[in-house]
Amino acid sequence: MTAQTALLDKAPQFKHSRPVRDSASRSRRIKYTLTVLAFLLPSAIPLTLFVLGPMVAAAWVSLNQWNLLGPLKFVGFGNYIRLLQDPQTGAVFLHTVYYIVGYLPLVYFGGLALALALNTALKGRSLLRGIYFLPVITSWIVVALVWRWLLSPSNGIVNTALAMVGIHGPGWWTDPAWSLPSIILASAWKDLGFVMVILLAGLQAIPTDVYDAAKVDGAGPWRRLISVTLPLLSPSTFFVIVISLVNGFQVFDQIYAMTGGGPNGSSESVVEQIYDFTFRYGRAGDASALSWMLFIVILAVTLIQIRGQKRWVTYG
Amino acid sequence: MVDAAIAVRSPRRRALRTPEARTRLILAIVLHVVIIAGALAMFFPFLWTLITSITPGANLTNTPALIPANPSLGAYGKLFADLPFAQVILNSLILATITTVAQLVTASTAAYAFSRLPFRGQNVVFGIYLATMMIPLQVLIVPLFVELKTFGLLDTYVGALLPTLATAFGIFLLRQAINQVPRELDEAATIDGAGHFRMFWQIILPNIRPALATLVVFSFMGSWNSFLWPLIVLRSPQLQTLPIALAGLQGQYISQWDVIMAGYVVSILPMLALYVFAQKYVIQGVASSGIK
Repeated sequence: MTAQTALLDKAPQFKHSRPVRDSASRSRRIKYTLTVLAFLLPSAIPLTLFVLGPMVAAAWVSLNQWNLLGPLKFVGFGNYIRLLQDPQTGAVFLHTVYYIVGYLPLVYFGGLALALALNTALKGRSLLRGIYFLPVITSWIVVALVWRWLLSPSNGIVNTALAMVGIHGPGWWTDPAWSLPSIILASAWKDLGFVMVILLAGLQAIPTDVYDAAKVDGAGPWRRLISVTLPLLSPSTFFVIVISLVNGFQVFDQIYAMTGGGPNGSSESVVEQIYDFTFRYGRAGDASALSWMLFIVILAVTLIQIRGQKRWVTYG
Repeated sequence: MVDAAIAVRSPRRRALRTPEARTRLILAIVLHVVIIAGALAMFFPFLWTLITSITPGANLTNTPALIPANPSLGAYGKLFADLPFAQVILNSLILATITTVAQLVTASTAAYAFSRLPFRGQNVVFGIYLATMMIPLQVLIVPLFVELKTFGLLDTYVGALLPTLATAFGIFLLRQAINQVPRELDEAATIDGAGHFRMFWQIILPNIRPALATLVVFSFMGSWNSFLWPLIVLRSPQLQTLPIALAGLQGQYISQWDVIMAGYVVSILPMLALYVFAQKYVIQGVASSGIK
């Protein structure tokens, strides 16, 4: 089974379509094609002109050396070859994967627990939902300031609390070994509300009569969670995981605001490197080549997930 | 483990003195304590921003006192007096509103096509849509800038808006929601003679209200907070948006953290109001549409 057929959920019309010659069916098909176009073009036109077009342009730039000001100098795959040989490329990909491996379980299980808890008849849940969403809408500039202060090695709240129980806290964002864990903590904290909101919308869409039926069948809360809630929530879960991975591979804002990639490049991510190439060193060709390498990695990871979704995602 | 959980839960209506009921009560208390402690941790940075904004002469080397000695709203006055702040907020509101409305239209129509209108090559097209999320904005900025320069759209709202009209994020979000709508509803509507446009409008849209409200929040937030693209495309001061004005504040009021934090409070509040409004709408929407 290819990724494409796995994506296609149901395609009843075309399974039966065969060349039919009478004009009534042809006009029906033309009408259907026009319907599809009417639904697709409002999004296809802007995406083609303002994302796909620039993507193709970036692919061309990646085959050149360009300092953003002078003319382009064609170098073929030279940028790619140099980047693949540069140990720094491996390092920034490694940092990015490290970030994802730490961040994704924290934010997903935290967000799921939160969504489940705030979907019950808890008192003041609207207020609580608002509070948990606050970090999502707060600018990374503010969040980074606060977290740098919380995790300050000498007088931060976290290390002060750790000292009270006799633990000598680490240097957090000032220590190369702890800079990525610091960023992971702050990011999971900030994005918890994002996952919560998506999963809450998914939970709200589950019809209550399914729960009633499960209760009549004698299913307890744990059983209902495993056999009813999680399967019916799986389209939202799939969305959260795909989006979190796509965004995780492009982690930038929090690193830029919290550590700037340091200390000693210990938290430099792929996109941080792309940003430096473009806006600091004027190496647009390298920036574009690294972007396309990242693109291929994200695409591969996403295709694997799309292939795997048939095993666990249930649609209505 | 599952059986044990059922066994603990099933004797529901026994008095509180039974061990099962006590366990349940303790669990409920633990849940509340964890949720509220978490909420405090979530609320803290916002509180910190708020307190700093009303502490005259606040700086970041000292921790602001929980209750400032002479609280003052002076920073807010300064914000609106020294800067075209009202203008900047209005600009951001206009851009965010147009972006949100546009994304509601482009995302819901595309999501309907991907969920309910099978066509040849549908999966390839959907894959290409998803691929638009997978390349960092930082590298698209330069080609985009050149493109809009060719169209003569630099330093215009049209230029700022065009790249934000459709996002794969929104389309993917709504496609997942439409896929969750039972297909029996479509069949019933088809028997009643409904075409795709009516089905879209009368069956699908009312049934995905929670997802639509979620998209409103995220598309508005995306525009409201977006920094890099407006910074590059909008040059005239009178077109400036809020995040760029806030970044400018940090240069202008170096170490006057009360003014800077007042700016952040002003930038967070409209988003919070929208979110609270949208959440109410989500719950009401589901309640009124009943069982699907």
